[in-house]
Amino acid sequence: MQKLVIGNREFNSRLFVGTGKFRSNEVMSDAIIASGSEMVTVAMKRIDMNNQDDDMLMHVKRDGIQLLPNTSGVRNADEAILAAQLAREAFETDFIKLEIHPDPKYLLPDPVETLKATEKLAKLGFVVLPYIQADPVLCKRLEDVGTAVVMPLAAPIGSNKGLVTRDMLKIIIEQSRVPVVVDAGLGAPSHAAEAMELGVDAVLVNTAIAVAGNPVRMARAFAQATIAGREAYEAGLGAVRNVAEASSPLTSFLD
Amino acid sequence: MFSDELKKYDWEETTRTIMAMTPEDVKRAISADRLSDWDFMALVSPAASDFLEQMAQKSRNLTEQRFGKTISMFIPMYITNSCTNSCVYCGFNCHNKFDRVILTPEQIEAECIAIKKLGPFENLLIVTGENPVKAGTDYIEKALQVCRPYFSNLTIEVMPLSTEDYKRLTLSGLNGVVCFQETYNRDNYKKYHPAGMKSNFEWRCNGFDRMGQAGVHKIGLGVLIGLEDWRTDVTMMARHLLYLRKNYWQTKYSVNFPRMRPSESGFQPNVVMSDRELAQLTFAFRIFDPDVDISYSTRENHEFRNNMATLGVTTMSAGSKTDPGGYATYPTSLEQFAISDGTSPADVAAHLKAFGREPVWKDWDRIFD
Repeated sequence: MQKLVIGNREFNSRLFVGTGKFRSNEVMSDAIIASGSEMVTVAMKRIDMNNQDDDMLMHVKRDGIQLLPNTSGVRNADEAILAAQLAREAFETDFIKLEIHPDPKYLLPDPVETLKATEKLAKLGFVVLPYIQADPVLCKRLEDVGTAVVMPLAAPIGSNKGLVTRDMLKIIIEQSRVPVVVDAGLGAPSHAAEAMELGVDAVLVNTAIAVAGNPVRMARAFAQATIAGREAYEAGLGAVRNVAEASSPLTSFLD
Repeated sequence: MFSDELKKYDWEETTRTIMAMTPEDVKRAISADRLSDWDFMALVSPAASDFLEQMAQKSRNLTEQRFGKTISMFIPMYITNSCTNSCVYCGFNCHNKFDRVILTPEQIEAECIAIKKLGPFENLLIVTGENPVKAGTDYIEKALQVCRPYFSNLTIEVMPLSTEDYKRLTLSGLNGVVCFQETYNRDNYKKYHPAGMKSNFEWRCNGFDRMGQAGVHKIGLGVLIGLEDWRTDVTMMARHLLYLRKNYWQTKYSVNFPRMRPSESGFQPNVVMSDRELAQLTFAFRIFDPDVDISYSTRENHEFRNNMATLGVTTMSAGSKTDPGGYATYPTSLEQFAISDGTSPADVAAHLKAFGREPVWKDWDRIFD
């Protein structure tokens, strides 16, 4: 399987995981290990950044894992930029997951503010991973201003609905010069496999693992599905046909 | 403004509709993807009492999907029981004879320090009686400034304020406002709230619009169970929530529906809600609005709180004192109401964990203000 490169860092695993919604920090920690993920996102608002022994952080930090602080809670570009700068200091990383959702109900990302913030943060040397609508034009605009990846949603965050935005994701994958990471809405390992088969570079999963009956086993299942989907993509899937191939081709008279 | 919107709904007609709901209406509401106020009425109707198990399952699934297996923790700090209202059910009623307390900034700081020793609280609810002269916006602003270094999220439960005052307090660190309409029954409202600012139904009811216009991050609504027919009252609150979501879409919302408990006033509740009914109402709100924060205070007993923590409730208080200065300054002054769950914060957290729920103390950061 090809390695994924983001911001000069190589990733063997193409499954990124989130840290919210778990029934305990211990279960979260075990699920992260089971997922094999090397990129783990953490909401800055959940962490006491002045406390080196913050319980949640203690359960996430591990060798080989890239911490990905996210700005969940900010409502505009200015707040996001300030939050990113503080995250850089507290987490000692240039990686930032940009989440700007002024709508607290469906947590849908604001495209205008996200584009503004990405441009500014890229200039400041951040490795920007913006959470966005599955909007192909916005993806190209983000590329133009220096984003590291694009992170379109598959379905509303936490909805577990799978690839609702499939057709737009296909266009994004076709056009993108930066890695495409599907960020929200994946509810089952089969959704992750399908996204990988389509050719996305990585998937990010949180709710589906965190609220599963057994989060550790679900994390493992997502890891396996992500690998299976990527392998299938790299191997080259056969074309889909609606009819069996005729045993006597219509053109035999031309032979 | 919502007081105009509310005029579209007739109280008696709403009650009749709720009481006429059939099992078929309830089944349809439980299986619906997006619910209207009509569906909500089905879920709080007597007909729905036979469907508690199905409602609990849907409520739990929606809660886990949206909030995960977590409970957000908060603690109230009463800073004054001085009040110019005479609400007939409340211990702070201005006709009750006792020495009123208005904590000084130094005393408020002592309360902050005492609370931090009780547990790793980051969400603070600052509560006052309603005394615009002696404990008005200036006083509340000062309290916010004193508390701000100690907590990452500050909510107030105070008299309704003007839009300008809400904006001003936001600059001093205000994140959320909780306000109880108490009852949406306009005709009977004044019976319970005969004097003071609170006797003005419109001013209170439209306070939520003013919070929305001021850009307050989170708004908490509330009906006090025990005054009017609860099914009708909470339906009006559900309509209020729908209205606010449409008009102030950048705001988070919470709902509260505490059952009246004995207080110094000696007022006896007009209606009594059973545990089964409170559970039904909690499920109904979760199914109606999967994203609304549902808050239980220490008015409810410990075992009931623990069980409901897995089925729809998303925010809880612990270790609460409902008397001003109760944590440090005046450990024995008058309470607003008697608490039921006196379990310590550490024990509340341990019990939540045993029920498979992670208590979340911090889910906001000052840098986002």
